[in-house]
Amino acid sequence: MASKWSKFLVASVVIIAAGAATGWALTKPAPRPDSDWANVGGPDLAKGEQLFWAGGCASCHAEPGATGDGLKLLSGGRELPSPFGTFHIPNITPDPAAGIGRWTLAEFGNAMTRGVGPRGEHLYPSFPYGSYARLSPQDVADLFGYLKTLPSSTNVAAPHDLKFPYNLRMGVGVWKFLYFNDKPRVELASADAKVKRGQFLVEGPGHCGECHTPRDAMGGFLAGKWLAGGPNPEGKGSIPDITPGSKEIGSWSGEEIVNYLETGFTPDFDSAGGSMVEVQQNIAHLPKGDLEAIAAYLKAVPAQ
Amino acid sequence: MKFRTITLATAALCLCFTAVSAKDAVVEKRETMMKQIGGSMGALAAIAKGTKPFDADAVKTAVSTISTNIKAFPDQFPAGSDADSEAAPAIWTNNADFRAHAAKLGSDADMILAAMPTDAAGVGKAAQTLGANCGACHQTYRLKK
Repeated sequence: MASKWSKFLVASVVIIAAGAATGWALTKPAPRPDSDWANVGGPDLAKGEQLFWAGGCASCHAEPGATGDGLKLLSGGRELPSPFGTFHIPNITPDPAAGIGRWTLAEFGNAMTRGVGPRGEHLYPSFPYGSYARLSPQDVADLFGYLKTLPSSTNVAAPHDLKFPYNLRMGVGVWKFLYFNDKPRVELASADAKVKRGQFLVEGPGHCGECHTPRDAMGGFLAGKWLAGGPNPEGKGSIPDITPGSKEIGSWSGEEIVNYLETGFTPDFDSAGGSMVEVQQNIAHLPKGDLEAIAAYLKAVPAQ
Repeated sequence: MKFRTITLATAALCLCFTAVSAKDAVVEKRETMMKQIGGSMGALAAIAKGTKPFDADAVKTAVSTISTNIKAFPDQFPAGSDADSEAAPAIWTNNADFRAHAAKLGSDADMILAAMPTDAAGVGKAAQTLGANCGACHQTYRLKK
């Protein structure tokens, strides 16, 4: 009798352990292989600066209300409210202690494109690596090189203040298993070079979908709703649909979209509001050809 | 008895309706004021870009509209008038700063009126000065877009 019970116990333990091992295997932090960084050339700082503006790094990492050169001091400290709690934005200046001055290219690249921190931990997707995953290793090197040229700060940001169970980083692994990928967000009929460039900018560094695509309760994008807009995840208000089906911008011409990104004014001289003000001011630093590429892509995505 | 209930219910409904439409009128008024400012910005931009010829009177009208409307604008936000509106809660929690932003646009407009631009390039500069205020304020005090 006793042996029957002990057999049952052993079997249970084995099953649970196997389940846990499988769960861990599917959800553990997965950095890129080191070989990804082996053939990367020296950084192209001009391209790195463009990625800096396209990526809107300053929108979160610079001090609130920073303008001009102040946008290049990425000392962190801002709060990012969300339904899961408050994220405190870290310092990413070249300071060796408070910033990322000691990070290697591989560490920076794993954070940017795999959401894995330098201690091998999961990073929260409030840092939009789910979009940045579309950057190539060379893009990452260009951006990393550029960030190293920016001024240092010794500011130490507070740790994130998240509700249970979101404060357990293990859960991020489940989120990644369900939602993380570096594939195109939409299949486009057009293979036009301009549209492709726009796709890279919008889906990758621009991370437009992070606000403009509605999410489910676990924070993953709703399927088939790419750029469809929805309630504002940061608080009151709503985020507009930016597909050709949008009642707000669907009627804008490509040129009007370019003009909006350049100046912040809509065709009827309404202006950008909320977080879009900073997004627009960052995007406005891109060459006009890139703004046209973004417009071409927004005209090519499925209407919502 | 039944009649009285119906009368009371109707009266209550009417009261509610008045309250709602009164709130709407407040929101509508301030939105119209802001749209007139946007329209004026559009008129200035058209001249700056050369899609419309330089017209000193049109410039004066546009900048005057901006000046007049923005000075009255911060008084259009009675407590509780945030429903069905793009007004951010910060307008009420940080009212002094909100007013300072409006005052800044007002004084920028008055400075332009005191030294009116004389050509399209001058209008372009003026539009830039004025336009910088839009985003600076909307970032904190306006929801969405």
